[in-house]
Amino acid sequence: MQITDWLRTACADADARGLPELKPLLETLARATARLRDADEAHRRGPTRREDRP
Amino acid sequence: VSGDLRSIADLAPLVASGAVSPVELVRGCLERIEARRDLNAFITVLADSALAEASRVEREIASGVVRGPLHGIPVSVKDLIDVAGTPTTSGSNVPPLHPGVDAPLVARLREAGAIIIGKTNLHEFAFGTTSDETAFGSVRNPHDPSRSAGGSSAGAAVALVEGMCFGSVGTDTGGSIRIPAAACGTVGLKPTYGEVSCEGVVPLSRTCDHAGPLARTVADARLMFGALIGRSIAASRPSRPARLGVPGGYLLARLDHDVRLALAATRRALAAAGHALEDVEIPSAGITPDVYLHIVLPEASQYHAPMLATDAERYSPGVRLRLEMGGYVLAEDYVRAMELRRQLTAQVDAALERYDALLLPALAIPAPPLGAATVDIDGTPEPVRAAMLRVTQLFNLTGHPAIAIPAGTTAGGLPIGMQLVGRRGGTPELLALAEALEPQIAGGSGSGSVGGGTE
Repeated sequence: MQITDWLRTACADADARGLPELKPLLETLARATARLRDADEAHRRGPTRREDRP
Repeated sequence: VSGDLRSIADLAPLVASGAVSPVELVRGCLERIEARRDLNAFITVLADSALAEASRVEREIASGVVRGPLHGIPVSVKDLIDVAGTPTTSGSNVPPLHPGVDAPLVARLREAGAIIIGKTNLHEFAFGTTSDETAFGSVRNPHDPSRSAGGSSAGAAVALVEGMCFGSVGTDTGGSIRIPAAACGTVGLKPTYGEVSCEGVVPLSRTCDHAGPLARTVADARLMFGALIGRSIAASRPSRPARLGVPGGYLLARLDHDVRLALAATRRALAAAGHALEDVEIPSAGITPDVYLHIVLPEASQYHAPMLATDAERYSPGVRLRLEMGGYVLAEDYVRAMELRRQLTAQVDAALERYDALLLPALAIPAPPLGAATVDIDGTPEPVRAAMLRVTQLFNLTGHPAIAIPAGTTAGGLPIGMQLVGRRGGTPELLALAEALEPQIAGGSGSGSVGGGTE
């Protein structure tokens, strides 16, 4: 799931549950998720990964 | 502070010989607890049962039965650990648990002859580092009651510093033993993951939770740890000078000025004592907070889901929101975080191949004011939660043992702590090293200067 889609859905759910104060935290979490996915991608491409060795 | 601040190691032979009475020790602790109610260190004080147990233990010792160094010693446990017949509140207004049996770690303490004097206050459900979100009053720092005592095991650290007990047990999911130990000026040990049973302990994150002792000295932490694992750990001295790696990068990027001075002074003091120190890199350490978030949030949310469904309004607002947030983490991101966690673990393992331990602060800042949202570091604001967790949470992800040791004070008189991190499975070796280095790390402790002198 794309982070932008996830954030939109999560914020709508927070509103529907009467928890609008959750939205800034979800935005913070979305930024952390973006960094996590970037790190995961870099890790997969890392030179020490077995699948990347000749 | 006017309580009895003797160490367990000093008291044990006196108790065993009958020169010191466990009943008198318990009475002294109870008086101290009563005298400093304003610090909110305890949630439940077990005065009657502790006095009864002390009388029983005293007769046992008089009959010639001595079970070990904790026999007759009053200790406390964090109030998310089950003690039979006593509510487990977790510092919350959410209805408590009513355990019929002791958590295994409490049973181990009793087998060692320790006397449970009470249950200490904490950041609600251990989900915070400042202990100002609790149903039982903010835990106040004995060195400055307007400041936090750290967290989440804040009551445990305050109880030790104030002479309300002689040893304490806390839990550590992101630093919750080491942070209050550093903030209050005492020792805190997070053992290797899984060494001390977390059965009968209210979980925060089952894959990051660790239980362990807070104590006045490293030797006392060793005695407490031995009791908690049911196996005595003999005192030993390393046979050669230590080789220490000092990690840089993310871990040391945002330190309070006085903490940075303390680290430099500690390095100098250890080098002067003949130990070898080198800079070492943990290349991916910067991703730690993001990995941590995607593991701890959903694991905490999973445990709390039934209570959130029925008692959401009983949580502190901030704790509730963090728990609610965990329900939104996607499974694929949890799995990504677990994969990156393995990478971080391998990197810390690799860093420790060349060194006996890693050396870094146990807390990046001195105890912050209660209720503060940010602290100033080098002229820029930093969220308190991020600053409090920066140097500790990595080792909850990786499971390496780590110990906080007092390292002097700031110019304003607030405690500073240093941290040693050992190899996985090497908690006894870490304790031996910490015991050997404790005098150099303590340095100018209590002198209003950073450890080892000023820079």
